Amino acid sequence: MSDTHAESVAFVRETAIPASEPPATAAGPIKWMRENLFATPANAALTIAAAYVIYLILASTLPWILNGVWNADSLTECREILQGTSGACFAVLVERWPQLLFGFKYPQEEYWRPLTAFILMFVALAPVLFFDLPRKLLIVTALFPFVAYWLIWGGTIWTPIMALLGFVAGYLVYSRFVTRSFALGFFGGVAAAVVVWLIAGFIVPMLAPETPLLEAVPSRDLGGYMLNMMLGLTCVSLSIPLGIALALGRQSSMPLIKYICVVFIEFIRGVPLITLLFVASVMLAYFFPPEATVDLFLRVVIMITMFSSAYIAEVIRGGLAALPKGQYEAADSLGLDYAQAMRLIILPQALKISIPGIVNIAVGLFKDTTLVSVISMFDIVGMIRGPILASTEWNGVYWELLGFACVVFFVVCYSISQYSQWLERRLATDHR
Amino acid sequence: MSTLSDPQQGSFRLSMLLNDTRYRSATLQVIAAIILAACLFYLYSNLAENLREAGLNIAFDFLGAPAGYDINQTLIDYNSQSSNLRAAMVGILNTLLVAFLACITATVFGVIAGVLRLSNNWLVRKLMAVYVEIFRNIPVLIWIIIIFTIMTAVMPAPSAFRGDDPDSTMLFDLFAFTNRGVYIPGPYFTRGIGGEDGSWINWLLVIATMVAALFGTRAVTARAEAKQAATGVRPNTLWINLAIWFVPIIILLTILGLAWDIPALSGFNFGGGLKIGGPLIALWFALSIYTGAFIAENVRAGILAVSKGQTEAASALGLRPRRVMSLVVLPQALRVIIPPLISQYLNITKNSSLAIAVGYADITATLGGITLNQTGRAIECVLLLMAFYLIISLLISAGMNVYNNAVKLKER
Repeated sequence: MSDTHAESVAFVRETAIPASEPPATAAGPIKWMRENLFATPANAALTIAAAYVIYLILASTLPWILNGVWNADSLTECREILQGTSGACFAVLVERWPQLLFGFKYPQEEYWRPLTAFILMFVALAPVLFFDLPRKLLIVTALFPFVAYWLIWGGTIWTPIMALLGFVAGYLVYSRFVTRSFALGFFGGVAAAVVVWLIAGFIVPMLAPETPLLEAVPSRDLGGYMLNMMLGLTCVSLSIPLGIALALGRQSSMPLIKYICVVFIEFIRGVPLITLLFVASVMLAYFFPPEATVDLFLRVVIMITMFSSAYIAEVIRGGLAALPKGQYEAADSLGLDYAQAMRLIILPQALKISIPGIVNIAVGLFKDTTLVSVISMFDIVGMIRGPILASTEWNGVYWELLGFACVVFFVVCYSISQYSQWLERRLATDHR
Repeated sequence: MSTLSDPQQGSFRLSMLLNDTRYRSATLQVIAAIILAACLFYLYSNLAENLREAGLNIAFDFLGAPAGYDINQTLIDYNSQSSNLRAAMVGILNTLLVAFLACITATVFGVIAGVLRLSNNWLVRKLMAVYVEIFRNIPVLIWIIIIFTIMTAVMPAPSAFRGDDPDSTMLFDLFAFTNRGVYIPGPYFTRGIGGEDGSWINWLLVIATMVAALFGTRAVTARAEAKQAATGVRPNTLWINLAIWFVPIIILLTILGLAWDIPALSGFNFGGGLKIGGPLIALWFALSIYTGAFIAENVRAGILAVSKGQTEAASALGLRPRRVMSLVVLPQALRVIIPPLISQYLNITKNSSLAIAVGYADITATLGGITLNQTGRAIECVLLLMAFYLIISLLISAGMNVYNNAVKLKER
């Protein structure tokens, strides 16, 4: 049977033809370009338009950046070096670098102090951001606020130590009583801390040496990008616990507490941050006792914290509302009381859902710290618009300075949002 | 509800106030009320004492006093002898103007960028992603300053337009872009009520005509739909709608004698036409591109939120891609897009308070800026300022709730 065709068919192939390469138009970059760039005539037109836009942007900026002058003493010197060709005058960044970072009043020989605090910040943040790291690092995180305060403001070391002691006392009392009742532990802890701080208020002035180890720097001398970082970090970390409390209060079944929270949140969310900063700069002083002079930095921190905690509260409320009702019922059926149910079951899940929202608020808040330049604090935008552009040497170098501000904000905000996306993937425990 | 704890036997003990669920919430609320009252009293007594020491009192009569400063851009009549209240009104109108303009353009930018981020075209997709990331991650204040700098430092001075061979020329001989602002042709009525100077009644007439046309076209559409439901044939409404829109307004404008005031160089500056100041453009454009980036993300999320099966089902029914988009995808996506979009409008309105950084005379710059500094009435000015923004926010969120109720899924 097998050879019946032997006469009728001239040739029977016995091996398979090796697979050949696909045609050049159906593989590799050409195929990719046909599919992604030139699928239809309209699409091709769009591609060409987009490419032209990119060309225009690059053609105008690249020579300007690459031709930049990095060493000069003034804009006129820059222009002499450039001799009419297009080029940036980055020399302003080199010369005014310390001012852009630290403001124009912070004593120059003390720059190492905020720098050390800045480096310590990464060590302190690391265990919070990446929980694979050894938990012992959290001790650094707990100590960081006090160390950073002492490094940046200087003065007597007893102030941060006493503040720390207050927290330690509060924690000891809390852990002693929390097993009996959360409320007792919590309020007892707060009371203990307050008592320690009241005592410290009397002791610290006596302990303070004539010449402290680190020279005291008043808040009004802080400035530059350091001010943005400090405001952003302080206000975000303060507003998260406050936001959680407000969100829980808004969900509460107790009408009075609920309405206090609702009114607070809606009021703060209804007004722009600028008006709150006006409150901080011109109005808040009226609400403090006449003899008290509360530092502008502190007043701004209070207002920005209130502002962002209202927004964070709304995000967390969303997270709480998104939890299935079964989780609340499960906690009740285990016999957990309100505080236990919240701490152990509800909040961890609700906060996980709210991470993207909280990060959005944090990024927004960090960007909004530039608004303090409106109430004449010299943050990085205030420095650029004020002392640097007003100086005779650098009057007119807008783009280099504003571009620098754009770059530093972009780097920080973009990395925070990338971190949040990583964290979301990392915490995705529901494999649906 | 089942009993949480058995009614305890025996007498009432003080610890039951905190440990017994029957009393605990009342106890906590009383404590909260006491703390709140104490805080308020503390703040109030401090305020009263501070005011007494400074010899001040809370009074709003300063609003009636002459403002004594000029405002470069006003929508209503204003001069330096007008009252502070009128200055505040100018500011309110300016705030609403820039917020309204920025809302429109931000929506346009946002929708375009959001749709293009989902394009099949790799280059366009990436370009839009870069746009969104760059504008979202840099403070809006910096964008306002950058665009203001372009407006004031890069645009040519009016003198550059002078001479036989000027450095700059007007676009189409109608628009002039200068460092003092943009000059565009201004419409006015030659035969309107109030003569050439005109009065606002003319514009009210125009707006009324347009509103009437809107209702007219809606009636025509409703009738066409009724006819389609009854007979299956939809009458062609395009021409009739176009007629309703254009014929009355053209007749009205002809009667009123619409004419255009073209800007032209006179002396050291441009004269005639409408001047759009640099601060307004900086604020308007910066808010638009900044918020546009956020709206783009909302639009993208909204379109992605429509399940793919909906598109496939619509295609299976034989709908063309365009009709799939307009009849199936967009109505469902809009439900997701509109609420965050309206919060973005709220953000634009609140961010317009940054006008103070570039000297645009909005409510923050007039009432919260110059009036506050001149009269020293910090508390009153800041309170009024907050009240204004609060009212706007409440109005916008009330509108949002009405819309949400109208479009929400009617479920069982």
